[in-house]
Amino acid sequence: MHPILKLVLQRLALGCLLLVAASALIFAGTMILPGDVAQSILGQSATPQALANLRAELGLDVPPVQRYFDWLGGVLHGDLGTSLTNRLDIADTMGKRLGNTLFLAFWAAIISVPLAIFLGLLAVRYEGRWPDKLISGVTLASISIPEFLIGYVLIYFIAVKLRLFTTVAMINDGMSLGEKLNAIALPVIVLTLVVLAHMMRMTRAAILNVMQSAYIETAELKGLSSFKVIARHAFPNAIAPIVNVVMLNLAYLVVGVVVVEVVFVYPGMGQYLVDHVAKRDVPVVQACGLVFAAVYICLNMIADIVSILSNPRLRHPK
Amino acid sequence: MGNMLLDVRGLQIGATIHPPGEKSRDIEIVKGVSFTLEKGRVLGLIGESGAGKSTIGLSSMAYGRGGVRITGGEVHVNGRDILKLSPRGLRAVRGAEVTYVAQSAAAAFNPAKKLMEQVTEAAVHHGRCSREEAEKRAVVLFKKLGLPNPETFGNRYPHQVSGGQLQRAMTAMALCPEPDLVVFDEPTTALDVTTQIDVLAAIKDAIRDTGVAALYITHDLAVVAQVSDEIMVLRHGEMVEHGETDQIINRPAKEYTKALVSVRSIEHQEKKPAAPVLTVNGITARYRGTNFDVLSDVNVSLAPGQTLAIVGESGSGKSTLARVITGLLPPSAGKIDFAGRTLSPTLAGRSRDDLRELQMIYQMADVAMNPRQTVGTIIGRPLEFYFGLKGEAKRRRIQELLDQIEMGAGFIDRYPAELSGGQKQRVCIARALAAKPKLIICDEVTSALDPLVADGILKLLLDLQKAEDVAYLFITHDLATVKAIADSIAVMFKGRVVRYGTKTEVLTPPFDDYTDLLLGSVPEMRLGWLEDVLSSRRMESAGN
Repeated sequence: MHPILKLVLQRLALGCLLLVAASALIFAGTMILPGDVAQSILGQSATPQALANLRAELGLDVPPVQRYFDWLGGVLHGDLGTSLTNRLDIADTMGKRLGNTLFLAFWAAIISVPLAIFLGLLAVRYEGRWPDKLISGVTLASISIPEFLIGYVLIYFIAVKLRLFTTVAMINDGMSLGEKLNAIALPVIVLTLVVLAHMMRMTRAAILNVMQSAYIETAELKGLSSFKVIARHAFPNAIAPIVNVVMLNLAYLVVGVVVVEVVFVYPGMGQYLVDHVAKRDVPVVQACGLVFAAVYICLNMIADIVSILSNPRLRHPK
Repeated sequence: MGNMLLDVRGLQIGATIHPPGEKSRDIEIVKGVSFTLEKGRVLGLIGESGAGKSTIGLSSMAYGRGGVRITGGEVHVNGRDILKLSPRGLRAVRGAEVTYVAQSAAAAFNPAKKLMEQVTEAAVHHGRCSREEAEKRAVVLFKKLGLPNPETFGNRYPHQVSGGQLQRAMTAMALCPEPDLVVFDEPTTALDVTTQIDVLAAIKDAIRDTGVAALYITHDLAVVAQVSDEIMVLRHGEMVEHGETDQIINRPAKEYTKALVSVRSIEHQEKKPAAPVLTVNGITARYRGTNFDVLSDVNVSLAPGQTLAIVGESGSGKSTLARVITGLLPPSAGKIDFAGRTLSPTLAGRSRDDLRELQMIYQMADVAMNPRQTVGTIIGRPLEFYFGLKGEAKRRRIQELLDQIEMGAGFIDRYPAELSGGQKQRVCIARALAAKPKLIICDEVTSALDPLVADGILKLLLDLQKAEDVAYLFITHDLATVKAIADSIAVMFKGRVVRYGTKTEVLTPPFDDYTDLLLGSVPEMRLGWLEDVLSSRRMESAGN
């Protein structure tokens, strides 16, 4: 077998294993949460008999290990269970929410990843001079300010004062793409500002590291321009660390957007999760946790595989 | 001026250094060097490390490595001062009129790109020819430089070809844009002698066929004598002597040049064989996870107070043998007898005395010492560990050791970074001696040093051997070193000992094929040596 195929298969198997482990952790975590769904549905005045009936109906009286495997079996068949609080199928409800979250993450990524890499290259080109310092300063400032604050500041200045874009990022199926983009413009800007610094700093550091190599000197002595040296000779050798940070940030765009979704009242996964944690709706929390874990593991696996593929020694063995 | 290709006048080069724990300061690297080079001539720049030869070579492209700056003088290439050019004008010179061949081609090629793309890049970038023409030219150059499968060689990645091939590919890369001048910066220093001779011949042919001028930088006078028309000897950033190759080699005028020419002045009388202190019996070893033996059935022995030299190319198993003897790599078969007892195959199974009596000195003294420890701490560590010395007693013993390695009391509180390469190696020797060993394994201890410095280290080792009656297992690829210090020699090839005996036995004909090749490949300091060797080889292969 080609060694690279073997490595990739290994990563895939490892990813699956990790996902199973994550599912067990999520299940165990939700088990030890304080509170009781039946109690929260029926209220403080419920009789013990009514509580017991409801528990039996919801399947809460079965031993946890058996419940875990029932749940896992369902998940493998695409059945995420039904919500305890509104009796709706979780997969259906969440599908729409996940779509919205991915829509927002996609546009934020489309803008932030190329921008971050370009700024990183620019910072390397002018290392130690004012463009480098300006880029570093601005991106570090934007990552240091809490995202809700950036959100409100943008709402105040851009939406309220300049009357550009909308303050509330509500989207629905009836809207055209243009209307949707107009609605999510502000959250996309906030997310971009939040993830830019990480990726840009890593690009800069990884390329500066490569710039110490002898082959960069060779390229310079060929009379190539600085930017060509960086883009053609340094960047291809710095892909692995850059991809890793890019993927971590993409994962953050999907998993970590709770605050931004709340600020802009965006109907995404984050809000969905927060709502149901408050209601002690364990199946929804478990399903959300599992999806988040899957996104995280998948993106990191892609980063791993891209790193492997970007290594010519592995791609073209002797 | 006329047809002067390169005209360097009063070149001054400086740098800012940042020694640890001290203020940064400016130093002068090159102090007013002038020379000219006509079209199609080859000038050898020779000197020890720190003489400024690489720096001068790179200045012909107006390039300074790291913090190095050209602070004064003029560098005329094709009649114009390139130090006055704009960055854009300079880029038009680099890679087009002047090209560069680096010491380590393995590091100088971009690992992520195919060789062809890199070889043709400069020619295409400067618009000297189209991509197709450049690729055609590259194939011609690959053929000329004797690379295997020249048609498809360029499709490979740097890691897929050997070091010697990469060095030739780098020469092709430098010649592809049809430059007027090529700077060769120690192009064969990192290669084995048997590979060096092929690369040297390939470079020489390519220079002759293309009529390009060259600056050939090296610390090996025997090598530069083979390729250059004239030689400039440099020391401490100043010119010592500049003349035709024949004059420099055969009639050097300056004392320093004479010392360089007559280096390896050590005479060492071979000692009589005696009862061995170390016997290696039928050692076979392989690394974990591999399926071939790095060493197979190695048998050698070594008498107290004598030197056994292990010679061979890289990959022949020399260093692996050292790892087996020290216990770092347990052998799969065979045993090692040392000082009347059989050593445990693993490091964990050895007693403290086993460890103490068997010491090592490494090739890279820099990385063999903790940069955060002073010389006193470094030498004092084995004294504490093996003999429990403390305080004044320890300090006195460190002082004795420093005297033995001919370094004064002032060094005890210095850090490794403040020492020269030769001094660092001396400290490593003192650290090994501190344990009062019966055997010291010396792994290429002089390979990274300049010839004159290396000579000093070898003399020191011989003196110490006489005084302490310590045996040396001396691993090296340098046959001149072997001739200087060995009592017996083992020639290794592909994990086997192909020739073994006293120095006289091994170095007296008739030779086996490999020893013959190895001995014949050591550059000799006379004009026309390269041609003689190559023609005798051609005759042999024609005769077969």
